[in-house]
Amino acid sequence: MSVHQRTKSLHARGNALSDTFFQLKVLNGKEVSDARFPAFSDAIRQAGFPDGRLKPTAIEIFQVNVGKLCNQSCAHCHVDAGPDRRAENMTKENFDRCLDILSRYDIPTVDITGGAPELNPHFRWFVEECRKLGKHVMNRCNLTVILSNPKYRDLPQFFAENRVEIVSSLPHYSALRTDSQRGEGVFEDSVKALQLLNGVGYGKEDTGLKINLVYNPTGAFLPGGQAGLEAEFKRQLKRKYDIEFNHLYAITNMPISRFLEYLLESGNYETYMQTLIDAFNPGAVAGVMCRNTISVSWDGYLYDCDFNQMLGLKVNVPGRAHLSDFDFETLANRDIVLNQHCYGCTAGAGSGCGGQVA
Amino acid sequence: MSKKHYFDPADLAKFGHITAWQKSMGDKFFAWYGEVMKEGALTEREKALIALAVAHAIQCPYCIDAYTSTCLEKGSDEEQMMEAVHVAAAIRAGSSLVYGTQMMNHAEGMTM
Repeated sequence: MSVHQRTKSLHARGNALSDTFFQLKVLNGKEVSDARFPAFSDAIRQAGFPDGRLKPTAIEIFQVNVGKLCNQSCAHCHVDAGPDRRAENMTKENFDRCLDILSRYDIPTVDITGGAPELNPHFRWFVEECRKLGKHVMNRCNLTVILSNPKYRDLPQFFAENRVEIVSSLPHYSALRTDSQRGEGVFEDSVKALQLLNGVGYGKEDTGLKINLVYNPTGAFLPGGQAGLEAEFKRQLKRKYDIEFNHLYAITNMPISRFLEYLLESGNYETYMQTLIDAFNPGAVAGVMCRNTISVSWDGYLYDCDFNQMLGLKVNVPGRAHLSDFDFETLANRDIVLNQHCYGCTAGAGSGCGGQVA
Repeated sequence: MSKKHYFDPADLAKFGHITAWQKSMGDKFFAWYGEVMKEGALTEREKALIALAVAHAIQCPYCIDAYTSTCLEKGSDEEQMMEAVHVAAAIRAGSSLVYGTQMMNHAEGMTM
């Protein structure tokens, strides 16, 4: 079954939210909604971070967003990715710059994301080069890309040969919940892809090949406890489809991009923001992903995280916010750029690209 | 104070305020409530489904809203939630029908 597109990108529809500055205005009560919420920096201050500033702990993860092109167009996508985003793809020149940085600094993990990263023509070469440098490579694979074209059917073998850790979104073990967010047919192809990945050893004991699934709510609610969700996903996917996986990461939806559009259109925006704020967990702040990550965009700019990247909030190091000006020491001492969407990472048990943080 | 209806969704968020007029009992209730709904021999997801079914049996609109959200948060899907509601409905229906035995006993006692 082929995947039916759930929507088109905000960009292709000419939606006002495709302008990141407009999104920031919405989040700060200056457009669409006049709801004003307590400043995130004040929440951080109350959590014990001096002056409401957040500093990195290290640079351990080099997250590369290789482009916005994707074979899916999920209703909640924070990247505003989709088949219509063909213009934004990382060039060989910027990949070379990434590899140069990775060869010079002790940054152990390369986390590749998109879009569907595999659609970038330099993807496989980049993975192999990162592995030659001894890096641990993670790839955020949407699963269905493996079934989308015969030339991608050997991706499971490629991933296994390169010991790539796979992180894949599967918002539910039910087709209805999954397809309502990701598009009709996504669940069926995701199941087939997971079976292919299991077939080459992913998620199996003693292979060392890891496949972690990402749960994110399919609506305006927060994720429940990660351990309970993981147990239920494991039980149901094994029972129904004989699928095995390593861990489930529960990730909160950020109120940005297409999920922000959903919140505004469904009348849930203000309630959702208040839910995030009510669930603010001071104990989650210390573990947020921006503290050990540098996020790189397809055009080579540097950000504190993939969410800041999608809001156009570059790292706060004037003149050094591009791969070509990469300065490890300056970046390691920067102030992380904060805004109202950051409440998404500190709600409840906290949330990041690796799931719960507290 | 003007009031046009008995139920207001905004009142759900004020549930915690019931301690205002009887703090000791209210605090004990919420402590017990929290303990009951925590993971134990049953998972939080299973307890939320039971709560959803009970909410329908007692027809509490606040509880229906609250436990629909909780069931989704804990990872249940529409099919599971509707099955839980059917369980509540079946028990309600059965509890009427089982009185049919009383009716039958009585009728048999007074007829030839």
